[in-house]
Amino acid sequence: MMSKILNINGENEFEKEVLQSNLPILVDFWATWCMPCVMMTPILEELANVMDGKIKVAKVNTEKIENQDLAIKYNIQSIPNMKLFKDGKIIGEFIGLRPLEMIKSEIEEILKK
Amino acid sequence: MESNVYDLIIVGSGPAGLTAGIYANRYKLKTLVIGKVNGGLMTEAYKICNFPTEEKITGFELTEKMVKNAQAQGVKIINKEVIDITEFGKLFKIVSFDNMKFISRSVILAYGTTHRRLDLFREKELLGKGISYCATCDGMFFKNKVVAVVGGSNSAITSALYLSDIAKKVYIIYRGKKLRGEPAWVESVNQCKNVEIIFNSQVAELIGENKLEKIKISNGVQLDINGLFIEIGTEPIKYDFIKNLKIDTDKKGYIKVNQAQQTSKKGVWAAGDLTTGSNNFRQIITACAEGAIASESIFKYLKTSI
Repeated sequence: MMSKILNINGENEFEKEVLQSNLPILVDFWATWCMPCVMMTPILEELANVMDGKIKVAKVNTEKIENQDLAIKYNIQSIPNMKLFKDGKIIGEFIGLRPLEMIKSEIEEILKK
Repeated sequence: MESNVYDLIIVGSGPAGLTAGIYANRYKLKTLVIGKVNGGLMTEAYKICNFPTEEKITGFELTEKMVKNAQAQGVKIINKEVIDITEFGKLFKIVSFDNMKFISRSVILAYGTTHRRLDLFREKELLGKGISYCATCDGMFFKNKVVAVVGGSNSAITSALYLSDIAKKVYIIYRGKKLRGEPAWVESVNQCKNVEIIFNSQVAELIGENKLEKIKISNGVQLDINGLFIEIGTEPIKYDFIKNLKIDTDKKGYIKVNQAQQTSKKGVWAAGDLTTGSNNFRQIITACAEGAIASESIFKYLKTSI
């Protein structure tokens, strides 16, 4: 099955896919050297499937040069760092590896408000 | 039903758990490893030079090698946090965070330790906003910035060395008079021009609006910093099931084990950083050894028990 996760490269893509997204979108800022980030990936794949239609899921690799300004702009100082955007604004923030059920319920709680 | 019962469930997938898994697999025990993060704290090590096969390797790479070897040998690993263990008859029920249940005839506890906190006001709130417990994970976000490392152990010194290549300036803040890491690491850090060591001091206050901007240290001095890396040691992760199963620990919460890595509870072994074993010398190699000893002991135990 094809991954539902969007890989964002650069600020233009971020603007179009994240800030202008019609659905709330969870953005995972990550890097390949971080084991909790690597282990978060399959959990996010599953999250994108179980919450399909409710939210979108995207990843920003902070190691890539074209993404470094994004990491600075969003004050990323610890990863995995997941931010939930709605209508271009951050409405939730999750730092650190967590199981599917936890992130799902945290997101659902925020979206209820 | 019988086929759903494991001979051994290993709780934790760091060096102790993975090695225990490899040994158990070679003893043909029906084994499952359940762990939250493969490699555990090992994944955060910047440079490992004292593992016999490795001249110089990162904790991340050594983890990948151990996991690859374990899987190649047929070890089944699932990534979940175990939150409860109960006993019924001669079996144990292991429950994961998402309420999955597993049944086993024996258990190895190898879920390790966690970073000790400073317990300062706003420490939790500023996590990821200037405060970090892992230099190799987060160091890259402090390029050309000023950072401080708290602690004087090997992990504090190696974190400072790692950060010295990235940050403009690195302070080490240590409450003792003399760094207590391996002499080889102490020598390296003393040669680092952008590392300044402040002895006999502790962090007293965290200052900053939405992110960490300054710290106040116990001698009253304020330092402008962007990042604070807390490396003041580790402590066992605390779970209620340790008390419920009446497993003996020392005052700090480390699980007491005998030479065969057995705990005070029949059917439960422990291995790695969370035990009182290996003369309290908590290393990757001693964790592996404890895992191996535990699996061998369980093999003998299962063979002689019905």
